[in-house]
Amino acid sequence: MKRAREEKLQKAQEAAAKSAVIGEDLDLEKFIHEVPARPYVKDLSTLTAAEKKQLLASGVDPAGIERTGSFLQMDHSVVHYDVQQEGLEIMSTAEAREKYDWVEDYYWRAVAVDTDKYTARAELHQEHGYFIRALPGVKTAFPLQACLFTAQEGLAQEVHNIIIAEEGSELHIITGCVASHEVKSGLHIGISEFYVKKGAKLSFTMIHNWAEEFAVRPRSATIVEEEGVFLSNYICLRPVKSLQMYPTTYLTGPKAIARYNTIMVATPGSLLDVGSRVFLRAPETKAELIARTITTGGDAINRGHIVGEVPEVKGHLECHGLILAPKGLIYAVPELEGRVAGVDLSHEAAVGKIAQEEIEYLMARGLKESEATAAIVRGFLNVDIMGLPKELKAELDKVIAASEKEVF
Amino acid sequence: MLKVENLWVNLGDKEVLKGINLEIKPGEVHILFGPNGSGKTSLLMTLMGFSGYQVTKGTIIFKGKDITKLGIDERARLGLGMSFQRPPTIKGLKTRQMVALCSPTKEVPLVELAARLKFQDFLERDLNAGFSGGELKRSELLQLLAQNPDLVLLDEPESGVDLESIVLIGDVINELLEREPSRNKEKSFRERRSKRAKAGLLITHTGYILNYIDADIGHVLFDGVLSCHGNPRETLKCIQKMGYEECLRCVV
Repeated sequence: MKRAREEKLQKAQEAAAKSAVIGEDLDLEKFIHEVPARPYVKDLSTLTAAEKKQLLASGVDPAGIERTGSFLQMDHSVVHYDVQQEGLEIMSTAEAREKYDWVEDYYWRAVAVDTDKYTARAELHQEHGYFIRALPGVKTAFPLQACLFTAQEGLAQEVHNIIIAEEGSELHIITGCVASHEVKSGLHIGISEFYVKKGAKLSFTMIHNWAEEFAVRPRSATIVEEEGVFLSNYICLRPVKSLQMYPTTYLTGPKAIARYNTIMVATPGSLLDVGSRVFLRAPETKAELIARTITTGGDAINRGHIVGEVPEVKGHLECHGLILAPKGLIYAVPELEGRVAGVDLSHEAAVGKIAQEEIEYLMARGLKESEATAAIVRGFLNVDIMGLPKELKAELDKVIAASEKEVF
Repeated sequence: MLKVENLWVNLGDKEVLKGINLEIKPGEVHILFGPNGSGKTSLLMTLMGFSGYQVTKGTIIFKGKDITKLGIDERARLGLGMSFQRPPTIKGLKTRQMVALCSPTKEVPLVELAARLKFQDFLERDLNAGFSGGELKRSELLQLLAQNPDLVLLDEPESGVDLESIVLIGDVINELLEREPSRNKEKSFRERRSKRAKAGLLITHTGYILNYIDADIGHVLFDGVLSCHGNPRETLKCIQKMGYEECLRCVV
């Protein structure tokens, strides 16, 4: 194990200056790397009102109501974690790496440590992140929640998350990545590796809530085994200066399924470069990638890539974009790659403005133009597409309603 | 209620309405006959204020107010309502949410109204998404019941509707127009009829809806010109027997 880790460190060192394939190349030295440790918070309800508000806006409930467990990291300190159900584990990844020898096998298996300078940085400077695991056959009654919070202005937060849904388990996670309302700039590097074992189901809903000058570089990948299901939902409605991510899923076992749903808004001054990619590597695997993108003046790049490597696989990619401001960019890049005969891949993309006919139709019922537009936009950002449990959907409706007032 | 005076309208480069004069008094229901492309829908769209329908001459007076230049929503809030022949689909907006938005008071007995139109199962569906002809009409009427306008413009309420639904649709239109005969302890039907204030303007291509709705006055629109005014059934009979060719004689 020690040797395996040394090899990873070695590779990370070699990739420490390697630029990413996509996205603005960030100078990591511009950020703060040291920050005082924060004390453990026994009860999340003792957080400040402002902190609680930020958490709630990201789907994380400080009261823990209808949550099976919680994890909260502030800057470089894990300040809280608890779990209420047998058969579920939640702790810092650093702690898990110490506790279990085998965790090393899951480190950098889905994501290559030398992908770019950000993955390298995470290995060389990682401070925690969460380890969440559902034991075989265990099903979460309510979702687990995890929050990665930046409170220090200008800080680089590097986390590594490992999520394992063991055979036959069912795990629902909601994650909020948040900057304190006092913070304007910073960097978040988040490595997430998901392992969905045979027959397991994992739903992962991530809400991003950054600040005007924030840079964000998540690096995520998922390995799904036979008959496993991975559902990833991503929501980003608030400003962020530069965000680039391209999470990837490898469907390695027959009948495995992956779904990515993305809802994002590029506000003026924001650049969002978000994609999702699925490799269909086993027969009868299926992938569905759906994105709803809005610009109110910022730039949004939406990528999608489905690779069919064996016959009898199916994939669909869908990207709809709305341009709501005179200036603003939506760049949709759907890619389909069939490497053998017998793959069934399709895509659908549309970018435009709201149809005048639709606005006038609602106005004929007495709605003002602004009200009509808001109703249509709300429909466009409908989270029904995510196939979430009712409670979680209600939660997201609230998040969107709260952001709407600020964004539109 | 409504007074249209010498209304000329262009749609793009095309002159679609040529000097329309029309008056609808409170409590009256008017029927508009006319062949395809004669300008019937254009008249309704112009009355409602849709973009693209450019008034080049004339005025539209509604409730004593000149609304010729008013926005669509302002007209709607004044009490003008319209049922569309081909309403657009609004993805993600639930029919339930839309009906609630239609009500000026934002309080509407939603479930009750939906039951009235046998439309409960559609409340959670995206507005007009994949609705059949009859379902679209019921969706439109449900929204109008919530909106409760004083003058209802109905664009071919019977098109694409099966025989079973047309009775229901006729009933609901009568209800919208306060023409539903029903027992009422407080007032006799005659008394209620004399106080009736709601008015309607219906487009029909086939005239079939006349079997379900009693209209007061019929008009024929031919090539952008209102050519004939009279008893709706008599007018319909004439059209059925001699075709719109006969109308041409009066237009020229």
